[in-house]
Amino acid sequence: MTHWIVLPVLLPALVAPFIVLAARYHIGIQRVFSVAGVLMLIAIAAGLAWQASDGTITLYQLGDWAAPFGIVLVGDRLSTIMVLLTAVLGLMVLLYAIGSGWDEKGRHFHALFQFQLMGIMGAFLTGDLFNLFVFFEVLLIASYGLMIHSGGNTRLRAGVQYVLFNLIGSTLFLFALGAIYAETGTLNMADLAQRVTLIDPSETVGIRVAAVLLLLVFAIKAALVPLHFWLPSSYAEAPGPVAALFAIMTKVGAYAIIRVYTMVFPPELEATAGLHGAWLLPAALISLAIGAIGVLAARKLDRLVTFAVIGSMGMVMVTISLFTPQSIAAALYYIIHSTLAAAALFLIADMVRSGRTDLRLVPMPAVAGAVLTAALFFIAAIAMTGLPPLSGFLGKLLVLDASFATTAMSWVFAVVLLSSLVNVVGFSRAGSILFWKSKSVERPADDPLPAAPATLSYVAVGGLIALLAVHTAFAGPIHGYMTTTSAQLFAPEPYISTVLETPGKLSTPTEGQ
Amino acid sequence: MSLFLIVALPFLGALLPGLMNSAGRQACAGITFTVTLSAFIGLLTNAPAVFAGNVVTVGVDWMPLLGLNFNLMLDGLGFFFAMLILGIGLLIITYARFYLSREDNMGEFFTYLLLFQGAMVGIVLSDNILLLLIFWELTSLSSFLLIGYWKHLPEGRQGARMALTVTGMGGLSMIGGMLILGQIAGSYDLSVILENRELIQESPLYLPALILILLGCFTKSAQFPFHFWLPHAMAAPTPVSAYLHSATMVKAGIFLMARMWPVLSGTTEWFVIVTTAGLITMVLGAVIALFKHDLKALLAFSTVSHLGLITMLLGTGTAFGAMAAMFHILNHATFKAALFMSAGIVDHEAHTRDIRRLGGLRHLMPITFVIATLGALSMAGIPLLNGFLSKEMMLEEANRTVLFNTPWLVPVMATVGSLFSAAYCFRLISHTFLGPVRKDYPSAPHDPGAGLWMPPAILIVPVIAIGVAPFLAEPFVKMVTASVLGEAAEVPTAYFKIWHGLVPALFMSIIATVGGLILLGLFKPLLRGWDAAPRPEAKVIFEGLVEGIVAVAKRLVLPLHDGSFSRYSAFAAVTIIGVGYYAWMTGTVGTATRELQPAGPVPVAGWLMLVAAALGLVFLHRNRLLSLVLIGIAGLMVSVGFVFFSAPDLAMTQFTVEAVTIILLLLALNFLPNRTPVESTVLRRSRDTVIAVAGGLATFALSYHYLLRDSVAPAISAFHVENSYKGGGGTNMVNVILVDFRGFDTYGEIIVLGIAALVIYALTEALLGGPVRARLLNRLPDQPRAGDMHPMMMVVMTRVMMPIIMMVGFYIFLRGHNEPGGGFISGLVVSIGVVIQYMASGFGWTTARLRYPYHGIIGAGVLIAGLTGIGSWFVAKPFLTSDFTYVRIPPFNEFELATAALFDLGVFLAVVGAVMLALESLSRLARRQEAMESEYPMDIDPSREDNDVALQKEEA
Repeated sequence: MTHWIVLPVLLPALVAPFIVLAARYHIGIQRVFSVAGVLMLIAIAAGLAWQASDGTITLYQLGDWAAPFGIVLVGDRLSTIMVLLTAVLGLMVLLYAIGSGWDEKGRHFHALFQFQLMGIMGAFLTGDLFNLFVFFEVLLIASYGLMIHSGGNTRLRAGVQYVLFNLIGSTLFLFALGAIYAETGTLNMADLAQRVTLIDPSETVGIRVAAVLLLLVFAIKAALVPLHFWLPSSYAEAPGPVAALFAIMTKVGAYAIIRVYTMVFPPELEATAGLHGAWLLPAALISLAIGAIGVLAARKLDRLVTFAVIGSMGMVMVTISLFTPQSIAAALYYIIHSTLAAAALFLIADMVRSGRTDLRLVPMPAVAGAVLTAALFFIAAIAMTGLPPLSGFLGKLLVLDASFATTAMSWVFAVVLLSSLVNVVGFSRAGSILFWKSKSVERPADDPLPAAPATLSYVAVGGLIALLAVHTAFAGPIHGYMTTTSAQLFAPEPYISTVLETPGKLSTPTEGQ
Repeated sequence: MSLFLIVALPFLGALLPGLMNSAGRQACAGITFTVTLSAFIGLLTNAPAVFAGNVVTVGVDWMPLLGLNFNLMLDGLGFFFAMLILGIGLLIITYARFYLSREDNMGEFFTYLLLFQGAMVGIVLSDNILLLLIFWELTSLSSFLLIGYWKHLPEGRQGARMALTVTGMGGLSMIGGMLILGQIAGSYDLSVILENRELIQESPLYLPALILILLGCFTKSAQFPFHFWLPHAMAAPTPVSAYLHSATMVKAGIFLMARMWPVLSGTTEWFVIVTTAGLITMVLGAVIALFKHDLKALLAFSTVSHLGLITMLLGTGTAFGAMAAMFHILNHATFKAALFMSAGIVDHEAHTRDIRRLGGLRHLMPITFVIATLGALSMAGIPLLNGFLSKEMMLEEANRTVLFNTPWLVPVMATVGSLFSAAYCFRLISHTFLGPVRKDYPSAPHDPGAGLWMPPAILIVPVIAIGVAPFLAEPFVKMVTASVLGEAAEVPTAYFKIWHGLVPALFMSIIATVGGLILLGLFKPLLRGWDAAPRPEAKVIFEGLVEGIVAVAKRLVLPLHDGSFSRYSAFAAVTIIGVGYYAWMTGTVGTATRELQPAGPVPVAGWLMLVAAALGLVFLHRNRLLSLVLIGIAGLMVSVGFVFFSAPDLAMTQFTVEAVTIILLLLALNFLPNRTPVESTVLRRSRDTVIAVAGGLATFALSYHYLLRDSVAPAISAFHVENSYKGGGGTNMVNVILVDFRGFDTYGEIIVLGIAALVIYALTEALLGGPVRARLLNRLPDQPRAGDMHPMMMVVMTRVMMPIIMMVGFYIFLRGHNEPGGGFISGLVVSIGVVIQYMASGFGWTTARLRYPYHGIIGAGVLIAGLTGIGSWFVAKPFLTSDFTYVRIPPFNEFELATAALFDLGVFLAVVGAVMLALESLSRLARRQEAMESEYPMDIDPSREDNDVALQKEEA
């Protein structure tokens, strides 16, 4: 019995209460434990990803109860790669939070940070829909705490909207779970995948509505227009490093859609055929467009980045909505890119803020370290807008290449390319105002020059940029891996049999049914 | 040298100038020069193979599944362009060393320049169109940085953005075009695509691909109607203008048209689009150039015009046209770069580029005069200079070209273009250098040092050499042409010579030259006419367009995201209802499998109360206290519902949660006005009503549907019923589910609870530390306070109740596994026991008597639950595996010991800690810092001796 797979959930869930119990007044100790915890997470996640890389599916039956009666964690290629991505992102964000001193500006940053990681990890690893709901709750409440970290009126107001909108999502999640349980009598995903095939073609409304409600829940998390309204103000008002960590949160929604709608409700399933074909791709294209328009319209840098994130999620959703093995592979490649690029941009926006009174897009006197910040912004903007040579461009090529298979190809091409152009215009306007035009603004004599961001902050942002470079340079192997991952998703039989045919306490597979 | 290295050298070298910056300008320029020279020599080592007609290829897989591979190839065309890029690059670097002033950051400049150079070499050596796209966009980006190099100049910033926008747009459309092209050909490798001419031209996707690719080429090479960005890019330092915007980058579009010539050309679409665009650009650029007063602007428009000329030649689709195009590229690169550098010298020395303020420089700057004059005459197409030769070929080709069934159209336009071209060349010479010496130059002009004039002088050498002895260039140009044509056509046999006899092209040439001189003579009246004529100003239109789009974007997006939560949730609700309805309508409804159960009087009564509470809330919610009561009714009815459905655990939980929630809400209400103000209009409330009713009906319909139908297979709960005692050791199935079957969910949920408490704590801390604190402290209660805040009766009662409640809590905890109860409920019960102490004797008194901080209790609870789960690892079982045994310790009966109880203890502690921390945090807000905290449990205590004193104080 190996317990590695539960550790990504358990480790932060132990570090956090320990910090609360023993170190809540000692920021130094908190930092040590927090960083050590994340470093261990990376090691564990890397091990898990390596283990899953040959196609092995690792099952962990919590409480020794077999699925579908107990809860199981399942590690396959997709979940382990997402866990690894989260852990690595977590480290960079944590380093930045420490470097910039954000973690000292309010209470319980590190505990909430660890709990947040726990929630995300759990959501990626669980094989049970109700357990997924629980982890959604964990990451929602922890993210709310992080979002309003250090307070302030606008931040608190944005926080209320954030948590209220997401509670609508949680309520809907319960509706969906109730509906699915009523229809199938189970909530284990593998079991569901088998039971939905039993549904009679003459009585499909029940499962159709249930499936679509669940999809909407995930779409809220993935910030699909018009369910994205929680995102702009909350991400913009959240502390920089928190917003950077949130870059992975929208991907949780995308992950859940990929997982559930390839395994439980695959495209070829008769009962749920045509469920999302009519509206998901258009909604995703509109997301992409709204994101780009928002980038152009934004009056502040942080808002600009949040709209870029919406557009980026639109891109992810466009690709996912095609639901072919090729498109899911492209989506996975793009998800990694988008997470890293968005995180880097949020951190850079925070660096810019540290030298200014606010992030309005008006020239203000140049600050110390602005040249380096500008260079980082330039690179991150290239990544985000999908210009060569970084992975955003390669991701865009993959997305467009995958769309050849659809009838909506010309729409995808037009919206993707036009929104890229609008993004380029928006980012170049913002960058030239913030970094170039400020050179022509004199600093008033009585205004002291703000200190440059800490070295550790630059290390964190540099680390993210370096990861983007790696994601670009090794695009071939990574894309190859994503293709095999996608293949694994579209052939879920080993996953299902591993989950359902492994005996647990008091049950053998045949006896349990 | 390997092609990889040739492409990589500039990129790797781009790191060096920045590093060498502090070592001085000489070192900085020196290292850049060395890097470029190495790449140049590397290129030359491949010359023998290329001249022998071979194609040098190297390749390495990058994204094989996509078809994007790092494949490079060097053929004649690539060699020709790479030579231009690196060769002229060497001259430009030398020139820039002396051109940039001490204030300019030279390291930054050369870094950008090398990045550009690498990207450009990459374009011309790519054997994969996706790789080519990457380099293509890289040139746009590095050009953006170079144009905006002088960041303090608004023209620089605007020009940079305009160039990026226009060429970026072209680049993006080209992505589309290339992907389609690759899809048709089945490969993104150029060598494969070039062999599939028929396949591509017969594909229905040929036209979209062609248009998208041409958009990219036209924007990059400044073809009409995208020609406007190029003159504004002239805000860049002159070396950049000379290098990017005349010799190399703007030729990328032409390069690509030449590269794609074998597969794309020859169709009517290609011919019409490319030739027309080229022709218009040629004439338009030449006409505008004549009237520009800024030397660089004049040269910029002349570049536009010449690019149009080359484009037109490629558009004709004949082998001769392609050859003429290649020849003109070579010639144009030489004389135009020399001219730009000369213009830079004039600017550098005279501190102005305005022709109207110049004149007579021939005496002051003889060297520059010679260089510029030779260059300009070549551009005008004067014999014995190389420009003449390619222009003759162009005119000859124009003569043969019939566009829109109008035989005279192309020749006439070509002649007009040449005429204006000659005119602006003559104007450049005469108005800058000829005429009398002036006294009012902004700075005294003189010839610069050799560093500045040598590079253009070197370029003038081939201008004359080819002009006098065209056969020198002939084999090279034919070799390049051969690689352009590929297998699509044969290289023309025509010889390069100055005298072709009395052919029509010669007469056209003569007309152009004489006409040019006449135009120069008439320049003043012409200029007056030009200035008087209304013309669209591209920059104003472009900026207006961008600003207009931005304004529309703002109007579109900002009001939608203005923070109105009711609109946000309306969007969400309508979407959910709409999509759910769609899913319902596209499905099939089966028959009900269950009977409707009869409704007894009790359920109906409970149902009526729920409905009444909900309806009452709708109409009375503005009275906050009343709505709290109504919420309480709803909560209690839900608890009753649980009892009715035989779920006592849930009922108990719901009941205690209701109690705690009401206390929390009462604490919060303390800070709020009694009534909620009306903030929405009737219209909006009606909208909300419609949405809410729709949502309610949808929920009802769904519940009704599901309740009347069985699941497709037996629900998994049967297993839980069957095994809760056998496997979990408890007869209370709900508790076994909570702590055992689905203990992991519970683990998550207690963490949620703990986080919630931590968040509330952090929130109140932030509030108390911020500006809100003053408002809280200065707040006056809006209702009369009770005279006796801590009444004796209540204090005494709570003290008596305390141990009883603790006992009940303990009891509920212990019985949990087999009877309704458990850690969660018991935690809530115990919390209530403590809360009433707070209520009775006040915050300060109670806090002073607490031994354990709530943070610690939460932490300990979560840790205990987690560690209990880990305990099972020691017996090689998964996390949270439970075990139980029965023991008998006299005098007790046999009782059960289960690990689940330890887990439940963690749950209990987490619940107590979380509830108490939340309550404590909220009551901290209510507590006035300066208010005297009583050290006594109650205000009036007969047994206390100083009671009278206290009373007197109060009265006073």
